Order: sequence, then structure tokens, then C-alpha cells
Amino acid sequence: MNAITDTTTVRSFKFGDRLFFNVARAAAVLTLLLLVAIIASLVYGSWPSIKQFGFGFLVSGEWNPPQDRFGALIPVYGTLATSVVALCIAVPVSFGIALFLTELSPPWLRRPLGTAIELLAAIPSIVYGMWGLLYFSPLFAEYVQPALAATLGKVPLIGSLFDGPPLGIGILAAGIILAIMIIPFIASVMRDVFAVTPAMLKESAYGVGGTTWEVVWNVVLPYTKVGVVGGIMLGLGRALGETMAVTFLIGNMNFFNGFSLFLPGNSIASALANEFAEAESELYTSSLIELGLILFVITFIVLSLSKLLLLRLSRQEGTKT
Amino acid sequence: MNDTSQAMMMNEVAANLEAQMAFKSLDFYYGKFHALKNINLEIYKRHVTAFIGPSGCGKSTLLRTMNRMYDLYPEQRATGELLLDGVNMLDKKVDVNALRAKVGMVFQKPTPFPMSIYENIAFGVRLHERLSKSQMDERVEWALRKAAIWEETKNILNQSGMSLSGGQQQRLCIARGIAVKPEVLLLDEPTSALDPISTMRIEELIAELKAEFTIAIVTHNMQQAARISDYTAYMYLGEMIEFGVTDQIFIKPKKKQTEDYITGRFG
Repeated sequence: MNAITDTTTVRSFKFGDRLFFNVARAAAVLTLLLLVAIIASLVYGSWPSIKQFGFGFLVSGEWNPPQDRFGALIPVYGTLATSVVALCIAVPVSFGIALFLTELSPPWLRRPLGTAIELLAAIPSIVYGMWGLLYFSPLFAEYVQPALAATLGKVPLIGSLFDGPPLGIGILAAGIILAIMIIPFIASVMRDVFAVTPAMLKESAYGVGGTTWEVVWNVVLPYTKVGVVGGIMLGLGRALGETMAVTFLIGNMNFFNGFSLFLPGNSIASALANEFAEAESELYTSSLIELGLILFVITFIVLSLSKLLLLRLSRQEGTKT
Repeated sequence: MNDTSQAMMMNEVAANLEAQMAFKSLDFYYGKFHALKNINLEIYKRHVTAFIGPSGCGKSTLLRTMNRMYDLYPEQRATGELLLDGVNMLDKKVDVNALRAKVGMVFQKPTPFPMSIYENIAFGVRLHERLSKSQMDERVEWALRKAAIWEETKNILNQSGMSLSGGQQQRLCIARGIAVKPEVLLLDEPTSALDPISTMRIEELIAELKAEFTIAIVTHNMQQAARISDYTAYMYLGEMIEFGVTDQIFIKPKKKQTEDYITGRFG
């Protein structure tokens, strides 16, 4: 019997196809609905706080539960500062790891080393937090912070970032732990995209006499920039939202004492984790929910900025004129 | 063609021949696989040498030894000697990057770098020379003209190299190869991914470039080898079966194997 003209077969194929189409569409729509629902409930939950403080919530550095006065500046600053510190450390290190694994490493070392780095991602964040607090921060306070204050602290402009008492915990310590936590994500994405760069393209660049560095920096990196930026964003997204490890190390202080990275601070996720259970007044709870909403918005802005960056990069390279 | 006139032709050609590169009992291994066996061959200055043979015969491998591209892969190694202007290039002390500036390479498929047309050319030059902006402009124009692609690109130098057509991209890659002013140009099946018109333009280009560069080309297309090369080497299973003046190889091969391949009885 001819399958093409056999209407029952055609119909059952059609049915299967349509079913699959609908299931796939439902999954996509469900994600979108969940997103909308989360935004809606965040806005609903933070409404009392939005009504009470308005725009001032964003620019106020006061966090005073007894008097029911709240402002988001300190946790927003802490969130951004720890994430920036984390990226400043994690991006170059991850680039180095990916470069080594794809271009320089002897083949027998590639797999074990790559697996080891991916395993870093499997460690629960609370382990990072406790390790950071109990083992890393005392050493950090005793050796690293004084050394940083004596060197980078003397440099004009950035010197004030490395000023102040070596407490061990603080924004810098939290940023460093965050860096360690996001390195596996960024490094493995970078490694994967470097590895799919066509061998012929790399050989062409080596063929005009490029060194490994020149080839990777000028050809592989631009070729893979979408993936690399994606990997960095994945890491940044994690850094912005990381809760447990940061809570242990950031110091949870809601006063602004200056821009030094040695000082303790607070982050949005950490504030939520620490204070939500204790929030008694409606305004307190609502302010915390508004913090969550702000974190959402920050993530959205960061993602949009990364898209803009990619657009600009491709314009520089001349794809779009 | 009788023997005397053929001998005369050979002599005439031999008069102005100078070896640019010379293989001396070169062997090549992919791990344990012995891919090139005792290759002895001279590549003459400012002539086109074509390498023909069935797939897997080692002709691309031979090309890749000439700029030590195999160095990128730890399991690949070559033994013997490969002289460029009398210096053994397989010597560990040779600066591979400087060697590759002297020996340019173009691949089967166009591989423009992810940057503008101008930068595609300037990239390689910048690795080896410090030029002022105007000198660089001149060099880019010179290379693009040499590769017969200047007219098509002079107004779009800031556009991505990837925005060009396949044939244009391949000529851009040739321009990129000659921009660093190499002595030798290696072409690894440069037209296998191109349409007939683009192929014709590249072939014309090769004929012009041999006035200044020594060219080694690997091709699967025997008519192409016959059209554009001065010398032809027939390889089979990693061995150099026959090497000689192209006309002689195609009209009167000395070896039965070569004849079988060329006449299509095998291959």
C-alpha cells in the first residue's frame, strides 16, 4: 500500500506532529507565564513599600527596621560591587583556563583538568560560604588584606578601594568567593566555544605567523564572542543572585561607610535570606520583596546591556554597516 | 614529441631554475601512521608546482609540513630535512612564526577572520612589521590588487570579510597570504569549494602571482594541475611516484602508475 496516499497513516502522522507542536508550544508559553506571574506577584507584594517610599527607595541608604524606614541603596551597591569584583577576577582566570585547555595543554591533561574545573560547580554554595568564613577569611585578613593595602592601596584613584581595617569578611572577600564559584561556569562555556572554532580558521591565523596568544586574542575570541559573552553573563547572573556564600562573607551590615572593598556590606539576596523570617511589619516584608523585584530588574538590565555590547562589537567588526 | 626535443625543453627549463624549497628524505607520521615516505623533491623558485594523487596519498600532508602547521598537533611529527633557501626548517631552533611569514597558506575553504576586510589583510602584516597608517594602507591596497579583488572591495574595506561571496573570500585569503610578502604560497585545493567562474579567476591569479612567488598547489582537479602548473608531482600512498615538468607528466608519464591515474584508469 502506498504510504503517501494512505489517509489513515497521514492523519496519524499529522496528529503526532500537531501533538508535539502543541506540547513544545505549551512548554514555551508556560515559561513565559511563570515569568509574568513572578513579576506580578513581586510587584503586588512590594506595593505597600512602593507606595510608601516611591522612587526614594532606590536612592536611600537607610535601612532602619525599628522605625520602618527602608532604602535599597546599600544592598544594591553590595550586590553590584561583589559581582563586579567576582567578574574582574573570574573572567581573566576563566579565559586563561579555557585557553590552556584548548590550545596549550597536553592532550592527556585536558580531560582530567576540565572535569576538575566542572566539579567546582558541583560544590554546594553553603560549603563555599563556610569554607570562606572559617578558613579563607582569617588567612585573607592576616596576609592578603595587609599586602593589598600596602601595594594597591597606595595607588592613586583605586587606592581608596583597598583601605581600612583587615576584617577578613567584607565585599572583597565575598567577591573573591563568588569568583571561585563562577569560574567553572565561565571557563567551561569559554572552553566549549573555543573548541568549536574551526581548525582551519585557527590554522589560517597561525599560517600568517601568529603566536598562540595572537591567534586566540585576535581571531578565536572575536569569532566566539557571542558564546564568551553568554558565558560571562551566566556567571554574572549567578553572582548577582548568589545567597548562601555571600551571606557568610559579606558581613551583613546595612550602613554605608565608604567605598573601600574591605568594608562589610550587604547584598540583596543576603538581606532577603537573613531578614525575611524576622520581618514583622508589613512594610518591612514589602520592602524586602521590592529588593527582590530590584534584583530582577538589575538582571534584566545586565542582560540587555550584554546584547547591546554584542551589537556594538559586531558593528565595529563591520558585519552591520 | 621525440626524445631530443623533450630533452631540449628540459634543459631550457633547467637553465633558470633555482630551488626554493627542498625535501631531503622526509618522513612524516600521524602518531604511528607513516604518512609520507622518504620524500625527495625540489620546489623551484617562481614556478607553480602541483601535487596530484588520490585522496589520502599525503599531498595535503606534504603541504602542511612546508609551514610546519603540523606543529600544532603534538602527535604529528616529521623527520628528515626540509630546506627553505638552504636552511633546514625542521630544525627545532627555527622560529616557526617567522617561517610562516615566509610561507603563506590558503585552505580548501575560505577562512576570513572575523574582522573587517582591511583588518583581515593588516592582521598578518602587523604581526611582523611596524608600519605607519599610510604604509599599511598602501600594503593593504597592494595585496588586494595583487589578489585581483581591489576593485570589488575598495569602497567596503570596513565591512566584515565574512560579508563577501565565497570566491571573493578566497581571493581575500590569498591577499592576506601575500600581504606579509612571503616567498612561498601554499594552496591546499583553493578552488574546491568555488564555482567555475571563481575558480577561473583564482587560476588566472595563480598565473600572475608566480612572477613573484613560489607556488605549491594541491589539487584534485587534474585539468587544473595541467592548466596552471609548471611542475607536477604524482603521489600515491605517501610516496612520491613521479615528479617532472607538467607537460611531460601529462603527455608522457614515465611510470605506469602515473599514467593509470592520469588517464582515469585508476583513482
